[in-house]
Amino acid sequence: MELTGSQILMTILKEEGVDTIFGFPGGAVIDLYDEIMRAEIRHILVRHEQGAVHAADGYARVSGKVGVCLVTSGPGATNTVTGIATAYMDSIPMVVITGQVPTQLIGNDAFQEVDIVGITRPCTKHNYLVSRVEDLAKCLKEAFHIARSGRPGPVLVDIPKNVAQARTEYQPVGKVSIKSYNPTYTPNPKQLQKAVALLKTARRPVIFTGGGVILSKASPELTTLARRLRIPVTASLMGLGAFPGSDPLWLGMLGMHGTYRANMAISNCDLLIAVGVRFDDRVTGKTEMFASQAKIVHIDIDPTTIRKNIPVTVPVVGDCKISLTALNQMVQEDNLEQSMPPHGEWLAQIKQWRDEYKLAYQQKDVIKPQYVVEKLHELTNGEAIVATEVGQNQMWAAQYYHFDRPQQWITSGGLGTMGFGLPAAIGAQVAFPEKLVVDVAGDGSIQMNIQEMATAVQYGLPVKIVILNNRCLGMVRQWQQLFYDKRYSQTIMDHAPDFVKLAEAYGATGLRATRPDEVQAVLAKGLATPGPVIMEFIVESEECVYPMVPAGRPITDMLLV
Amino acid sequence: MSPEKHTLTMLVDNEPGVLSRVVGLFSGRGFNIDSLCVAETMDPKVSRVTIVTQANKPLLEQIEKQLRKLINVVKLRDMSDDRAVRREMALICVHARSENRDEILRLVNLFRAKVIDVASNYYTIEASGDEDKMTALIGLLRPMGIKKIARTGTVALYREPKRGI
Repeated sequence: MELTGSQILMTILKEEGVDTIFGFPGGAVIDLYDEIMRAEIRHILVRHEQGAVHAADGYARVSGKVGVCLVTSGPGATNTVTGIATAYMDSIPMVVITGQVPTQLIGNDAFQEVDIVGITRPCTKHNYLVSRVEDLAKCLKEAFHIARSGRPGPVLVDIPKNVAQARTEYQPVGKVSIKSYNPTYTPNPKQLQKAVALLKTARRPVIFTGGGVILSKASPELTTLARRLRIPVTASLMGLGAFPGSDPLWLGMLGMHGTYRANMAISNCDLLIAVGVRFDDRVTGKTEMFASQAKIVHIDIDPTTIRKNIPVTVPVVGDCKISLTALNQMVQEDNLEQSMPPHGEWLAQIKQWRDEYKLAYQQKDVIKPQYVVEKLHELTNGEAIVATEVGQNQMWAAQYYHFDRPQQWITSGGLGTMGFGLPAAIGAQVAFPEKLVVDVAGDGSIQMNIQEMATAVQYGLPVKIVILNNRCLGMVRQWQQLFYDKRYSQTIMDHAPDFVKLAEAYGATGLRATRPDEVQAVLAKGLATPGPVIMEFIVESEECVYPMVPAGRPITDMLLV
Repeated sequence: MSPEKHTLTMLVDNEPGVLSRVVGLFSGRGFNIDSLCVAETMDPKVSRVTIVTQANKPLLEQIEKQLRKLINVVKLRDMSDDRAVRREMALICVHARSENRDEILRLVNLFRAKVIDVASNYYTIEASGDEDKMTALIGLLRPMGIKKIARTGTVALYREPKRGI
């Protein structure tokens, strides 16, 4: 069958099970957009290409499917870069399709030409410039295969306008195999045996989980392991929800803004089982001091994460779910819960740390941001899908919204992209129209992609936006307060729009709370109001996120209130 | 752990942009490149890239893993030890004054090099060998006045087994 490049794209999207894409049209993709009208694919028109990528990202994080976006050449393509880098750092499966100027103009500094393949080389898992229509089907199939397999990540496919227009005999590609790309899913059982051997002598074990556990859907296996052997669990920001936040074995998040007991437990444990993590500097603090008394088992599908930042005793390269399933089986066969040395003392010690210092704040005359998040948790029964922007709002959401299940938490962990939350929440809402999706935002971050309010309203996506308005760029201000003698250089935002009126201007609902006694009512009303809602809370402006470990210090060096 | 020189050779897809993926990885992650050589192999779809880098053991492990992670890198080997042969080549344009010409030609013979161009006052010499040999030759020619020099990076191949030899 003879098809155009545009038709081939639609055919492959359908084959790959894509029913929704996020995008913004332009000259170089006009043929692709013409074809979309005839395809059975839902297109969400965003207001800025960055919004399209974050929306596809949020969609992928909650659904586990590959997020897809479509943008034009030049500025359309460059606007995707922050979103792609965000997805790359957090290993989110995504295919970004960019238009390109016709092949005969490439290299001529043509109108809206940019070398997007060159620009995104370091922040994509792989990328393609398709120079012949005959190669298009293969490139697209490989792009989806690479995006979702192994350690997932974004893949970009750049399609010149004349390739989209050209016709070719379409041959279905079938199963993709790339000889130089074979991720290791099944771990070496010998390595797992070594891990079991370490468990047999461990007196102070801790499990540390990350985004990999969420991505490989290994939460049930992880929970089984931890509960069977009664091992306490901590997680990186990306790993929240993999282990229930309400379980007594839960330690809370670790690292720079981790809980006291999590950081103490890591620093005193004799065995650390790290699953699907990459030992980011926000987690480890000073690496020489991180888990310095522990033997470390590190399970990850990406061999480059192993021994990159932290030396490990037992490396295990493999998929988290497959590895934990195998490990659970060995644990069961060995009847390890009986033969493992008792670690009641260790659990008692952790309980003591928990009682010594709990996450706390005092709600007085001015609204505390932590109080808003706690109330949000209470009113939503902890069941909302929570997206965040980046900074203090993100940390308070992480600390006070106790996530019980995976794929409930959408945050830019690695890149720390302000402006991520709203479009990501929109993407999540598209994936689950019936579920409650909340974006916890700051007054700084929300303004970075506020234009996506129009998208939410246009498609009737009822995202609820909680703005913790402290009239400043809170996290940087906090650093300035603590380490720069309160020299608030450019972090005080004296002027912000009236968020209530802004919501109304977009055709959404706006609500505001200025006093603590209004918080509950505003949240209740906002959550019950159909359609997109902005709820603004005028919070304490000099509130800090505690505990805090100054960058580069051991994680036991916590500033506590 | 002090850094050591390592010769890494890899087979890569012979496609546009692949070299930039490899060198971009080195610059982006702060790995160092002492020298670099690229050319097609017997299979026109595959190129061989040889990179000499300096790294201690953990860093070398990271470099190798990161390179293997590139979709276009088909195969990677460390060719730093005796199981591989390594060669580089240089074109050296040396000032050939009448009193030095005999000495230059003697060195050329000793090092099994060749004079490939003779100008009124200059000889251009083609030499190849391992790194030590090249350094020695250049060192000996330097006092006579090297006008210009063009050196390749190292290329390397694994030795095949010597059964019964």
